[in-house]
Amino acid sequence: MDTTARIVEKRDLNDITKLFVVHAPLVARNAGPGQFVIVRVSETGERIPISITDFSRAAGTITIVVQEVGRTSALVNALEQGDAFLTFAGPLGQAVPLPEAGHSVLIGGGFGTGGLFPLARELRSRGVRVTSIVGARSAALVILTDLLGSESDELHVCTDDGSLGFHGLVTDRLTQLIDWGAGFTHCFAVGPMPMMRAVAEATAGRGLSTMVSLDPLMVDGTGMCGGCRVSVGGKSLFACVDGPFFDAHQVDFEQAGDRLTTYKEQEQLACEFARQGR
Amino acid sequence: MPIVYRHKTAMPCKDPEERRHNWEEVAEGYSVERAVAEAERCLNCQDPVCEQGCPVNVPIRDFVRSISLGHFQEAADTIRIRNLLPAICGRVCPVEHQCESRCVLFPHQDAVGIGRLERFVADWERTHGTGGETTAPTVWRDQQVAVVGSGPAGLTVASDLAQLGYPVSVFEALHAFGGVLRYGIPEYRLPKEIVDGDIAHLQALGVEFVRDVIIGKTLTIDQLIDELGYSAVFVGTGAGSPVFLNIPGENLKGVYSANEFLTRVNLMHAWSFPEYDTPIVSPRRAAVIGAGDTAMDAVRCSIRLGAEEAHIVYRRSEAEKGARAEDFERARDEGVVFDWLTLPQRFLGDEHGWVRGIECIRTKLGEPDDSGRRWPVPVPGSEFVIDANLVVIALGTNPNPLVPRTTEQLDVDRRGCIVADPATGATSRAGVFAGGDIVTGAATVILAMGAGRKAASAMHDYLQRETSSDAALATEEAGERG
Repeated sequence: MDTTARIVEKRDLNDITKLFVVHAPLVARNAGPGQFVIVRVSETGERIPISITDFSRAAGTITIVVQEVGRTSALVNALEQGDAFLTFAGPLGQAVPLPEAGHSVLIGGGFGTGGLFPLARELRSRGVRVTSIVGARSAALVILTDLLGSESDELHVCTDDGSLGFHGLVTDRLTQLIDWGAGFTHCFAVGPMPMMRAVAEATAGRGLSTMVSLDPLMVDGTGMCGGCRVSVGGKSLFACVDGPFFDAHQVDFEQAGDRLTTYKEQEQLACEFARQGR
Repeated sequence: MPIVYRHKTAMPCKDPEERRHNWEEVAEGYSVERAVAEAERCLNCQDPVCEQGCPVNVPIRDFVRSISLGHFQEAADTIRIRNLLPAICGRVCPVEHQCESRCVLFPHQDAVGIGRLERFVADWERTHGTGGETTAPTVWRDQQVAVVGSGPAGLTVASDLAQLGYPVSVFEALHAFGGVLRYGIPEYRLPKEIVDGDIAHLQALGVEFVRDVIIGKTLTIDQLIDELGYSAVFVGTGAGSPVFLNIPGENLKGVYSANEFLTRVNLMHAWSFPEYDTPIVSPRRAAVIGAGDTAMDAVRCSIRLGAEEAHIVYRRSEAEKGARAEDFERARDEGVVFDWLTLPQRFLGDEHGWVRGIECIRTKLGEPDDSGRRWPVPVPGSEFVIDANLVVIALGTNPNPLVPRTTEQLDVDRRGCIVADPATGATSRAGVFAGGDIVTGAATVILAMGAGRKAASAMHDYLQRETSSDAALATEEAGERG
């Protein structure tokens, strides 16, 4: 059985964010919205989880978006068209439960925007109205508006510095739209932990059902290690097999955010070590 | 008549002080002289009861006799009749609860060192012999078999069915093969080149090994059968889901499940960070909760990662510990501190979210519970704190839920274990067999191999029945057409 996962297309979304279309028919076969893959790019490398941005069972492809944040994501982004991943395993996690009707608002922060597209497409195919709000620090970091816009009834772009679209945070725009009477019935957010937390806080007071995609540290991604455990409603759940989408109003963001800092020191050491050219 | 000694021939080991700082194999193995001397202690019983203590019934008496005669290749061939993974079993079997516990010398003398002799033979063959030739299949059959999981149970099934001529595919969720032999058991106890050797051996036999495919996710059991055309499936996915204590502070940074800690160390080589990219918290004071084999592995790894002090914290007493005697003694020699009769109450954290200790309470043993072990009862007012910046929870594992959750009509019990006939491994689904920890809950390598052996034989029977009923059907159809 051939499990080779070869890159058929690579696109620069900005300086630090790349999009890869990967030929991985075995992974595409059962993929659903909200799932992720675990990748490995060197024999001495880590296994890291990456959200699935798009999948095509017909073409046998999986699309992922990777932002350089550390040693391993830098190695991934150095791959070129024609290169193969050492490990490209998935689809992992549960597909996110999506509504059959109503008006969903999808919120993407930074490269998290990539994870929203399969939700938008599936929601629209069910006849659900989709409003998307994407945000970044500045215009140069806003990604995938074309792709997401193609499956959204409305698309709002926000930048912290006002260089594109709405001047402010995605949550500012979100609360504005809610207060103006957009009539959202469901909210889905993918992005950095502080953004998802802010979305959760904004929607909790307004009674809007909200799911967030958590990206804790993982090793195997198959439920074996428990490193990705998160407190949801006071219970420890594994993001890899129970998630990655959870009820935002039940998540202990404080703890989830703190656990992400476990290897901060080692990450610096690893980057330093790599710079010195092992 | 050779001189026979009361005690087991000593196993040469690396010095405890030296081995605290490296990952090389601790037990160096018998020399030819020591192996022969130990084999000569065997009485060659007419009725070798030791063999009844072996889950795969290795012909122990005969291979030990071959060693005593210096016929090492013959000894290796004898073991291989029943056990394809002797280098592994010779290292990790809990022999004192199995074959050696039945040895007639015991308890008046030490039992014959059967485990050590098995290891000797396997190592001798790897370095001197033919490299372990296995009987190549004489026929190639057309019914394909899928094996899910490349741990001890799966490898045994693959080996047995490949030798019968079935094309076998082994699916592994991780990027390296061997299951617990790869991610769980550390290098100093089971060098990974031995696991590599055994996998290569099966590959040479024609077994296809597929990595990075998670059955239950990438493909379901139903897809293996209905879409990919496998005629039978063996599920040996192990007890992969870690058990936590569910006490306050368990999600502090620096608290690991044994599975995560050992996977980072063994599979991902975190011990050679930053040459390898996967990090691990550097232990100064380590505390491992539990007293089974996994707990001993974790605590000895923490010492090798540089812990100045390493504790085993166990709510019962030394007598109830689950670990193999040999590993317990080696842990003790390496300086592990044992806090028996100690029950963790909660984990204490610092202001940055890092674990800094475990608040514990002393226990005394009460009445035996369902498992026959005496139940620990907390002693009021005996609370105290064990300081630790690294905590590993080694309290066992639950079955991995991925296959049961995604397979139609596959019965599981209330623990989530797949229900399988102990004699055949047959499940509630025709053509789907299961064995090892996914059926029994966390157990041992050799028990998983025993289950694999039985399942392989039952799968062969099943596949032959299928062939003959297909043939009968074809004849019938031909008859109808005629």
